[in-house]
Amino acid sequence: MSRTSLFLPLGLFLLMAFMLWRGFALNDPHELPSALLNQPLPDFQKTRLADGAPVAREDLLGTPFLLNVWATWCPTCKAEHAELNRIAARYAVPLVGVNYKDDGPAARAWLARYGDPYRLSVVDEDGSLGIELGVYGAPETFIVDGDGIIRYKRVGAVDRRVWEEEIRPVLQNLGLPLEEPPA
Amino acid sequence: MNRSPLKALLGAVLLAFSTASFAAIDTYAFETAAEEARYKALIDELRCPKCLNTNLSGSDSPISADLRRTVATMVQAGKGDEEIREYLLARYGDFILYRPRVMPATYVLWFGPALLFLLALAFVARLVRRQRRAEAPVPLSPEEQAALARLSQAVGENSKA
Repeated sequence: MSRTSLFLPLGLFLLMAFMLWRGFALNDPHELPSALLNQPLPDFQKTRLADGAPVAREDLLGTPFLLNVWATWCPTCKAEHAELNRIAARYAVPLVGVNYKDDGPAARAWLARYGDPYRLSVVDEDGSLGIELGVYGAPETFIVDGDGIIRYKRVGAVDRRVWEEEIRPVLQNLGLPLEEPPA
Repeated sequence: MNRSPLKALLGAVLLAFSTASFAAIDTYAFETAAEEARYKALIDELRCPKCLNTNLSGSDSPISADLRRTVATMVQAGKGDEEIREYLLARYGDFILYRPRVMPATYVLWFGPALLFLLALAFVARLVRRQRRAEAPVPLSPEEQAALARLSQAVGENSKA
């Protein structure tokens, strides 16, 4: 056996260590990388939750906004709702809701009870807009820029940390003035 | 009968497994059997985005039901398999495919096993060749032959004496 082949086990060990390190360093395997990043917000023709008036993709565009997929059957949506209310009250960023596979009256009652941070909520009763958006678990939050391109996607609750570290910087990069209001 | 408890147990075990393959009970009307076969093949091969290790056909989650409906609608509309895969891929990413695409990031996945097999073959071939070489009689060098000749001559002289 030649001298160099003595290093074979060491090489194998290092290879395995590297692969295991990579494997376990991966984030939550439930978190799918979004295929829609930097893709245009899909087209849709839906109605508004508040009054049933028609709403389409074009009606939302103009300034960057947050698109939040929520439902009354989703406990995590309730958990993040206070933070959404806080964001809507303190910062100049429009929030648009997508009421995903929900019951209209229940959803309206829910907003009346817990507060409505949304400029409007789009009714997606059959989940077809959800499929277009690649939604697989509410809540999901997207940042859409003024041209209607998706710039960020978050699966799971938006909390203070996510807002400060992930969402706010992206919105500021898109030119939204998000200074703290004078207390 | 002392065999029947075992049989009952086997039956129970088999029954427990049978549900897994029939989780999807929603039915769609297809015009042809070929369309239905394509639908079934697609929902077997597409992965439920909400669950880590289940295909669309094996999942009870609402999102899987929605995606099965989407696949059925597209099959009924006459879309091709590739078109349907592309549609879901564009929305859910590579995660949705249980059969990964061939691209640089998946080369190891696709060609790694074949490469490992070739390596193993080369290793075995080397081992066999070395073994043969060890077994083969080694011809004597000229010096050794001379030594052998001297010895056998000495032995011959001894036996004469």
